[in-house]
Amino acid sequence: MNQVGFPLLSLITWLPLVGCVVILSVRGDEETVASNARWTALWTSLIVFALSLLLWAKFDTNEPGFQFVENIPWLPEYGVGYKLGVDGISVLFVLLSTLLTPICILSAWEVIRTGVREFMIAFLILETMMVGMFCALDFVIFYMFFEGVLIPMYLIIGVWGGPNRVYSAVKFFLYTLTGSVLMLLALLAMWFQAGTTDITVLLHTQFAPALQTWLFLAFLASFAVKVPMWPVHTWLPDAHVEAPTAGSVILAGVLLKMGAYGFLRFSVPMLPQASAMFAPLMFSLSVVAVIYTALVALAQTDMKKLIAYSSVSHMGVVTIGIFTINMQGVSGAIFQMLSHGIVSAALFLIVGVLYDRLHTHEIDRFGGLADRMPRYALFFMLFSMASIGLPGTSGFVGEFLVIVGSLQVNFWLALLGGMGMILGVAYTLYLYRRIIFGRITRDDLKNILDLSPREIAVFVPLIALTLWMGVVPSSFTSFWDASVGAMVEQHTAALASEVKVAKVAPNEMPAGEVMR
Amino acid sequence: MIYAVAVFAPLLGAIVSGLLGRSIGDRAAEAVSILVMVVAAICGVTSFIWIGFLHEPDGTVDIGSWVVSGSFRTSWTLRYDTLSAVMVGMVTFVSTLIHIYSVGYMEHDAFPRYRFFAYLNLFTFAMLMLVTSDNLLQLFFGWEGVGLASYLLIGYWYDRPSANAAAIKAMMVNRVADLPFAVGIALVFLTFGSIEFPIVFAGIQQHMNDMYHVLGSDWRAYEVIGFLLFIGAMGKSAQIFLHTWLPDAMEGPTPVSALIHAATMVTAGVFLMARMSPIMSYAPGALTFVTIIGGTTSLFAATIGCTQFDIKKVIAYSTCSQLGYMFTAAGVAVYQASIFHLFCHAFFKALLFLGAGAVIHAVSGEQDMRKMGGLWKKIPITYTVMWVGSLALAGIFPFAGYYSKDAILEAAYSAGGVGYYGFWCGLIAAGLTAFYSWRVIIMTFHGPSRMDHHVEEHVHESPWVMMGPCIVLAIGALIAGFTLRHEFIGEGWPEFWRDSIVITASNHVLANMEELPGWVGIAPTLVGLLGIATAYTFYMFVPSLPGRMASMFRPIYLLFYNKWYFDEIYDALFVRPGFWIARTFWQVGDVTLINGVPDGMAALTADGARGISKVQTGSLAVYAFVMLIGVVVLVALYLLIR
Repeated sequence: MNQVGFPLLSLITWLPLVGCVVILSVRGDEETVASNARWTALWTSLIVFALSLLLWAKFDTNEPGFQFVENIPWLPEYGVGYKLGVDGISVLFVLLSTLLTPICILSAWEVIRTGVREFMIAFLILETMMVGMFCALDFVIFYMFFEGVLIPMYLIIGVWGGPNRVYSAVKFFLYTLTGSVLMLLALLAMWFQAGTTDITVLLHTQFAPALQTWLFLAFLASFAVKVPMWPVHTWLPDAHVEAPTAGSVILAGVLLKMGAYGFLRFSVPMLPQASAMFAPLMFSLSVVAVIYTALVALAQTDMKKLIAYSSVSHMGVVTIGIFTINMQGVSGAIFQMLSHGIVSAALFLIVGVLYDRLHTHEIDRFGGLADRMPRYALFFMLFSMASIGLPGTSGFVGEFLVIVGSLQVNFWLALLGGMGMILGVAYTLYLYRRIIFGRITRDDLKNILDLSPREIAVFVPLIALTLWMGVVPSSFTSFWDASVGAMVEQHTAALASEVKVAKVAPNEMPAGEVMR
Repeated sequence: MIYAVAVFAPLLGAIVSGLLGRSIGDRAAEAVSILVMVVAAICGVTSFIWIGFLHEPDGTVDIGSWVVSGSFRTSWTLRYDTLSAVMVGMVTFVSTLIHIYSVGYMEHDAFPRYRFFAYLNLFTFAMLMLVTSDNLLQLFFGWEGVGLASYLLIGYWYDRPSANAAAIKAMMVNRVADLPFAVGIALVFLTFGSIEFPIVFAGIQQHMNDMYHVLGSDWRAYEVIGFLLFIGAMGKSAQIFLHTWLPDAMEGPTPVSALIHAATMVTAGVFLMARMSPIMSYAPGALTFVTIIGGTTSLFAATIGCTQFDIKKVIAYSTCSQLGYMFTAAGVAVYQASIFHLFCHAFFKALLFLGAGAVIHAVSGEQDMRKMGGLWKKIPITYTVMWVGSLALAGIFPFAGYYSKDAILEAAYSAGGVGYYGFWCGLIAAGLTAFYSWRVIIMTFHGPSRMDHHVEEHVHESPWVMMGPCIVLAIGALIAGFTLRHEFIGEGWPEFWRDSIVITASNHVLANMEELPGWVGIAPTLVGLLGIATAYTFYMFVPSLPGRMASMFRPIYLLFYNKWYFDEIYDALFVRPGFWIARTFWQVGDVTLINGVPDGMAALTADGARGISKVQTGSLAVYAFVMLIGVVVLVALYLLIR
């Protein structure tokens, strides 16, 4: 079934590469090439974004299954195919990726001066990889895109990053690759079992509980690093600090969502028994992440590190939500992922504005900017409020739904998982105060300029989305309500059937109560 | 409907004056924000009369859906019933007066003023959303919205470190209380399957005996909900343990204090108790806790108020104390009396703050009462309105406070049990209230002048744009009590409140108030007069007495003067350890331990690689042999695990 009559997902996925070819084919002096690369990259990404809006328009929100499916046999004898499709869980992440790419390109417009062509190519390849990963309906394809993301990102940090970029880039690469190798093993194991790598088939394949345990751990190794969950999070602050602004934006905005998406796509639906079994572990790690990293954020002296740690804290809320495996919890987790994608991206752009002017992220170097930069102060305030989850902004909805979802599991999970609400205020407002409030004391700040029109153009769509998601969140949740509902139902049914088969305490509790 | 206009007009004002303020200029921004407030006040007061007195039936205004996920549904809806209408009328009216007053007060401020007026509008809007919500989540929206607005306004003078600190503190303390509140909302959903008031209130009987397991035993779900919601209310309404932000909030400009203390923000907690009365009434354990906290706060805050020298701080602690009264009444399930006191208090507290603002304005920004004195002849109108406000606050007949405060004390007494605790705390606090109110009046307006002569030369009555609102509020503080008593707490209450406040069938406190022993009704007035007399003795007739008393009871005096050391204790218990833990987690946890392992492994690998490179001999035989070993190991492992 394909609502639009042409392979839309393939087009969105591969079109950026066409842009790369165009950029590569330009000849001339350095300035021409650079300017050409910028405009080509921007237009390519804008066309891709426009195309992806078709997904928004044509997506059938009542259909829980996959839509816009494309299926081309590739290695039929091995059960491997080129299969793309989106459901309610993945569709908005495609849009998030296609939205953030032009924003990143625009934000890097004047900032990247060396190797503009290569930078833009790296970004377009990155877009292909991200979109492909969210669309993939075949595990092999998924794996290729999932790993493929690493290469352009590695280059973006390693080539255009800060002074310590090589250490950070290698750390980023090794951390994320190590986990991925274990996922490859899991992939092979699943293929042995099911005889295919078609995700739609795998979603309905029952794996033996013992195998599920091993598969879950293998996935955990891979996805936990990507999320990142405590204690494998330390690559993130380093990567952020060294990455150029655009790199940080896409890293925080999209790449961090890959791990959580993996949990949602593979771990929870394919391994229901293992998910239920490991849920307490996931909750513990997540609660530690929420509280621990929020406290660490409070102690930071570098803006980017602070926001990086706050990302870990926010993603902790996401992993809590996912493993509650009930409607509100999962729904809240997805919402939080999208919201964090917008808000943390915006916060890194906010930091980038100052970095472009003074080439430092040190918090102590700033202070009293409200006098000179009122517009900047307003935008920063708005995103700070979204980050601490003020109702009316996008940050609140996900966090609250996760609290509702986790209260269905355990009171303390809800209370401790919600600690981010309190600690978030501390580090966010403390940061805001040190940068924006007070008096200007340093000479180089006395002539600092407020946002330029280009910078405003970068922020406006993000502001609009933050408020839209906060005021009318139902226009987003409706996309995944059906899919998440089906997933939760399937999970409950899978656990119930196991209870029946195993004949564990037949009189003790009705099937629906298992989760409590 | 005019009701929606009353709510959304301030939002419009906030957007226009906030976003366009710089281009249209301060004057235009002020004009816009006052215009929308006047419109809101006209609509708000009209709605109040319509719904409260002309018996317009209750209803809702639907705006659209909000958070929806599975069976969890909330919408943007304005609810109108008497409780909401009372609040809307009061908030829009008082807030409008504060807006007008601000024009005069902020006249000479160095910062651009449009920002100030946009924040005031936003503050009012958030409060209106809070009181008109039809579900708990929208209430929470307003709840957090007033938190944001108060943060912005307390830190309005952002070049002052103390203002910034106070702003963050306000937000932090409020958030500490908001988390349990949010969990409480989630628990309401879990219990009732909805957080929309009509559905929740309709299900009260059905879920009466639902249990919830927490802290190792089963509790009635209503009790747990009641506790969680009340913790939220404690934060917003500055009850003991979570009160520390309120006095610091004085860092904002004085009109902000008036707005926070009278119309918006701190009353939200009391409103929440009344709004959730259908649940609270069936949670006797939680209500007992409410009375204890309320009674304790009323007394505790009053003791501090007696020793402070900053005129605004005294009034701030008096707010804290008066909120304690309101919770005392809520705790004995006489929500009518709490809302009545809330309503009357809004008038006289706004009046006292605006009056104090006029005093501060007159003495060139000085707030320390030790540097005032002898002002009464120079600013007679301010002096008069301060008298009216103090009389109302002290509960002297026939001012508003007389009716509302007496009602609370009588209710507490007639409820019995824990109500006696509330009654005695409240009664002693009533005496202290009168004492510190006249302490303020005498230190500020009487006695020899303690100003330096530069300040003294500039003492002047404030302009009419400031005194006008004060006079209107003074009239309110005078008449609100006896004109509205019948409807709010008298025989007329069932027709007035209708279903908006629910009490249990066995709750006859309101009726029993008529049959109390005679002394209970007279005691508050007597104690109040005693307090006034003491203040005159201390500060007018024997001015050396306060100093002697302070040195005689030095430990107690220091305890009160230093606000029972709450700030110091919290600093030692939470703030400093918090930062210490933060640094430790970072430097020891992340940098040393977590990073140490992979970095160490990296070093190990690098060393290992150097060793391994020696193994690469180039001999095919060696390679083949190693490969064979590998195959054997793999096969062995496979067989073992299979």
